[in-house]
Amino acid sequence: MSFLLNHYRQGSLRHLSLSKEACHTQIMSMLGEEEGNMRCVAQFEVGYTGYLDHELRVTGPLPEFAREPVQLIAAYRAMASARAFDRKAINLQRTGQLGTFASCLGEEAIAVAVGLAMRPEDVLLPMYRHHGAYLSRGVRMAELLAYWGGDERGMDFQSVREDFAVAVPIATQAPHAVGVGYAFKYRKEPRVAVCLLGDGATSKGDFYEAINAAGVWELPVVFVVANNLWAISVPRTLQSRAQTLAQKAIAAGFEGEQVDGNDYIAVRDRLDQALQRARSGQGPCLIEALTYRMGDHTTADDSRRYRDAEEVEAWQRRDPLDRLRGYLLQSGAWSEADEEALQVECQEAADQAAQLYLERPLQPPASMFDYLYERLPRAYAEQRKALADPNDV
Amino acid sequence: MPEMTLVGGVNAALAYEMAADDRVLVFGEDIGVNGGVFRATEGLQQRFGPERVIDTPLAEGLIAGMAVGLAAQGLRPVAEIQFMGFSYPTLDQLISHASRLRNRTRGRLSCPMVLRAPFGGGIHAPEHHSESTEALYAHIPGLRVVIPSSPARAYGLLLAAIRDPDPVVFLEPKRIYRLTKQEVADDGEAMPLDVCFVVRDGTDITLVTWGAMIHETLQAAEQLAKEGISAEVIDVATLRPLDTETILESVAKTGRCVIIHEAPRSGGFGAEIAAVVAEHGLLNLLAPVARVTGYDTIMPLLKLEQHFLPSVERIMDTVHKTMEFA
Repeated sequence: MSFLLNHYRQGSLRHLSLSKEACHTQIMSMLGEEEGNMRCVAQFEVGYTGYLDHELRVTGPLPEFAREPVQLIAAYRAMASARAFDRKAINLQRTGQLGTFASCLGEEAIAVAVGLAMRPEDVLLPMYRHHGAYLSRGVRMAELLAYWGGDERGMDFQSVREDFAVAVPIATQAPHAVGVGYAFKYRKEPRVAVCLLGDGATSKGDFYEAINAAGVWELPVVFVVANNLWAISVPRTLQSRAQTLAQKAIAAGFEGEQVDGNDYIAVRDRLDQALQRARSGQGPCLIEALTYRMGDHTTADDSRRYRDAEEVEAWQRRDPLDRLRGYLLQSGAWSEADEEALQVECQEAADQAAQLYLERPLQPPASMFDYLYERLPRAYAEQRKALADPNDV
Repeated sequence: MPEMTLVGGVNAALAYEMAADDRVLVFGEDIGVNGGVFRATEGLQQRFGPERVIDTPLAEGLIAGMAVGLAAQGLRPVAEIQFMGFSYPTLDQLISHASRLRNRTRGRLSCPMVLRAPFGGGIHAPEHHSESTEALYAHIPGLRVVIPSSPARAYGLLLAAIRDPDPVVFLEPKRIYRLTKQEVADDGEAMPLDVCFVVRDGTDITLVTWGAMIHETLQAAEQLAKEGISAEVIDVATLRPLDTETILESVAKTGRCVIIHEAPRSGGFGAEIAAVVAEHGLLNLLAPVARVTGYDTIMPLLKLEQHFLPSVERIMDTVHKTMEFA
């Protein structure tokens, strides 16, 4: 734990790296005296960015967008809304009105920063947890509830219609991001593919293959690794011996960096930079956002089986919403009355979405045939008919 | 009309469609400068440039996944996997994503991609270069599995596959890549998917096959004709979705059915065809449906592969037994 908390040292940008001398010394010690002919041919740095720490200390000059409260308030509202959605979804699941659900509790700063930093014409390729990213891009809560409630129509968004559906098999969306990025580059469109992954995903071949290819072709793809320290029950320390997950990008030939994932200002700032570079043809980037999965993996999981309550409590003090709200309150841009009104508003929106979701008529069973192919092949017409009208067979 | 080999048909179809439609991108391992290890993409990079004819890093899962991303963006990706034996990392992308994109989003996204791979034995190659695992792919709803068995069908079916709005696994019988030449008009005319082709008319027995086995099956039919047995030969061509009507019509006429494929017998695609004939054609049968297939073993290395692959003799034997049954 202390190792992990060490990542949260203050300072707006630090580098985890070896100096040239240290690099040389390390190599010499590996070689032994008699083979001292090896030179240092490459060395790398991994930056870390944080602006606002969990004790509400501003640790460096704020980026432009964060100097006025307007954007921060909008972001805070989106984070509060995402959390209300999360709470509603869990309640619906607990009362048998939703399927298994993956909570985003504690990772809202990353989700919302991704959603707000992207342009509408960019394409999001998410994993299954960061609902706030979709919501900030205009996807409706009722649509997401439909998906988690077991209705395919939930992923037929009425907005951001080129965004990918959530990828359930881990890291399998990373190669899709390469294809999407290649399409943008091929058509010379100033658009970016943003691929959201977790820490566990960085152990998979799909991830390595995708970052490698994105590097080779210098594609406009931003990989955001939400490192919440747990892949169900397996801790970050068992995923990789690498000091950072960000450094994996270096092996793919582009920059990887760490950011305090519970500091909205830091995540948004680094995302803005990465998106701008990608959009202007400067290639991919990997951002490892350090955060914590404050809830269970899903509603079907019980994290008390594998992690200590005190660890969870320690991270509760680093809650991304508390932090941004605390900063806004402290700077006078937000009041307790604003907060109360916002909570009521978010709750009402989530309730309304749940109502819409619950009232929507079910799809007819035969609809399972209707989107299998553009036109249903004759070979399956009989099966469809049997399902649609069992008395007519 | 130009004379083409089967692999020449593949090349001509790719070139035709790339010239006609700039959404078509071709990519895979060694397919650019080298023109593919079987030369299926020869000359394409010189003609269409490295942005459209792309040598990828050596990563099959990436190739398939990237095709999904390109297809979702409205392009027409044609990915090559060098040998079927290296295609298994693509199964995750095909099963988990390519086949489901349309269904998962209720038509918001779709996946008009083609994944090409040469398959089958008989080319004296090392391990993993000779398998026929088409049944794995043919089991996946949402995919099409297409196998040409002549130069004309390679050309016409590949054009159809590229133009199809849904994902197609296009398996090329490499043993007959250069076995025969045929005059094929390079006119961009596609052939229909989802139908079987009757490649020889007959009245006594129906021989159902696909891929390279068409060659031995037609030879057997020729010999049977000399014995006075009239064999109808069907090239299945599209395994999923299966055109059961053409097969059932033929069996209704002949009353006998032998299915020939290279792949191991149990759970092979022949079992599906036999089941269809049993379900819908039983009363037309004069003899049990029979199969001539590879054995339920690992595909042997080259010294023994001829013992594994169905031969003209094995086909003849089975046909004789089926004819003698009734």
